[in-house]
Amino acid sequence: MIISVASGKGGTGKTTVATSLALSLGKDTQLADCDVEAPNVHLFVHPEFRNEEIITVPVPKVDESRCTGCGKCVEICRFNAIVNIADTIMTFPELCHGCGGCQAVCPAGAIEEGERIIGVIQHGLCNGMDFLHGRLRIGEAMAPPLIRQVRSRINPDKTAVIDAPPGTSCPVIAAIKDTDFVVLVAEPTPFGLNDLELAIETVKILKIPAGLIINRSDIGDMGVADYAARENIPVLMEIPYDRNIAEAYCRGEPLVEAFPQWRRRFVRLCEDIDELVAEIAL
Amino acid sequence: MKELVVISGKGGSGKTTMVAAMAQLSDNPVLCDADVDAADLHLILSPGVIETHDFMAGHTASINPERCNECGKCIELCRWNAISGDFVVDPVECEGCGVCYYFCEQGAIEFPENLSGHWYISESRFGPMVHARLGVAEENSGKLVTRVRQEGAKIAEAGSHDLVITDGPPGTGCPVIAAIGGAAGVLIVTEPSVSGRHDMERVIEVARHFSVPAMVCINKYDLNEAGADDIQRLVKKNNVTCVGLVPFDPAMTKSMVQAKTLFEYDPHAPACEAVRKVWEQVLNRLA
Ligand code: SF4
Ligand code: SF4
Ligand code: SF4
Ligand code: SF4
Repeated sequence: MIISVASGKGGTGKTTVATSLALSLGKDTQLADCDVEAPNVHLFVHPEFRNEEIITVPVPKVDESRCTGCGKCVEICRFNAIVNIADTIMTFPELCHGCGGCQAVCPAGAIEEGERIIGVIQHGLCNGMDFLHGRLRIGEAMAPPLIRQVRSRINPDKTAVIDAPPGTSCPVIAAIKDTDFVVLVAEPTPFGLNDLELAIETVKILKIPAGLIINRSDIGDMGVADYAARENIPVLMEIPYDRNIAEAYCRGEPLVEAFPQWRRRFVRLCEDIDELVAEIAL
Repeated sequence: MKELVVISGKGGSGKTTMVAAMAQLSDNPVLCDADVDAADLHLILSPGVIETHDFMAGHTASINPERCNECGKCIELCRWNAISGDFVVDPVECEGCGVCYYFCEQGAIEFPENLSGHWYISESRFGPMVHARLGVAEENSGKLVTRVRQEGAKIAEAGSHDLVITDGPPGTGCPVIAAIGGAAGVLIVTEPSVSGRHDMERVIEVARHFSVPAMVCINKYDLNEAGADDIQRLVKKNNVTCVGLVPFDPAMTKSMVQAKTLFEYDPHAPACEAVRKVWEQVLNRLA
């Protein structure tokens, strides 16, 4: 089973929930940080990193000696990543989506596949649990291909917890698509409600069952709770605001480790998610 | 005209609340909300929308079963596995590369442009505002960010506004890159947490990569004073200016709940003085 933890915007407590959930699930769990633009989970669980893979995407390489200048590659490219400048075919690898169209269309066989580095995936262990995360190279725009690579390294036979990137566009889709359950984390404020509505729309499009955790549940108003009730989104947990929790978070201590009384509630949360997923499967 | 882009690396550091407060402190600004994935600034500023525009970007393939002879070429060529064995395109997976459309010999593939969202020109109580809403599960947020900033700049030029304040997106990828290029400065709002620090380091690098001068402000510094000291050292080491520390103040959240700026909610709240100082420093730096 793969459980993803997501939120319409960042800073709602997504990482707090993802780490505490994974730590409560026990050894046979994988924890995957798919927030490749701002990977933070490792700062809380301190994995012992074992190895690193360099992740690339395919980009075209033009062999000028074979190119006839027919312009077909320029015509097929939707992303202006291959253009004709002063009768030379030039590529702009950072704009290339790696669709392979130019290579497929070139009648002269002048295009080969090269690669562009978009980031790394690091693997490690923490308390016997498998940990992995992607780190997007600084200056690199395209997070989704790296996120998909992180996803492809998750063993579907084990339980996995994914910390998803914030938002509702392509990076979050890449991270949560085809997971079994999404835990949405939101704050009970107007910002929180606005972003939660967008997040719920997203999980509906992807048809993933979802539950809600309200973080800092006593700092705002009833908007989020009312909305969840109307939309039939189960509220799985409420975490009240507590300066001690905020301070422990700042220091990088996972909630269930700084406050062991929370461990039981997270174990319970795992069971609740299990039940919800089983119910849906019926 | 100068543009200040406010970013945070990670969310939840109080970036938008700060932007709203600074909007009130500044003289005749144009405001842009470039956090198009999760735009929130309008919740505080409640602007009156004057113009609504469609945002068309990218294309999505779909197969017309009447014309398709099931040759399978499109499935073979699609690098996103977006076409199922029974010749249906999953619009969420489709990257819009058009390769299937180009190669289908039956002309069975349609490839219309997407309506990916909307952008708006509005009037807020502190000045004109450009904001947007990207459709959920859409791509091209970078392009929408660029559009919002371009429109903001146009309004600033036309109305002789000296300053554009842009509420930027999170992360380090395409929307952020689109948000900071060519700006006069970025203000990074961080918090003294291990993740705030880590993400701040990454966005400082992004700003450097694109040669945009960066400043840092540490919000909620008193939640972890040792961590805040650490961040200040790190900022210095990176040759970036720390423009101030803002204490943790529940008024930050409470003002937002009431759709007010910090100063409208309580001009004597502890954070006000600090935000005022940050703003002075920012203006000095921009000048
Ligand atoms: S692989 Fe696709 S996106 Fe890249 S240059 Fe070729 S046609 Fe353009
Ligand atoms: S399609 Fe091939 S031959 Fe034609 S311009 Fe492009 S690289 Fe040159
Ligand atoms: S390439 Fe065209 S005809 Fe062939 S399977 Fe695809 S849609 Fe059908
Ligand atoms: S447009 Fe590209 S991504 Fe979309 S279905 Fe066709 S080949 Fe696949």
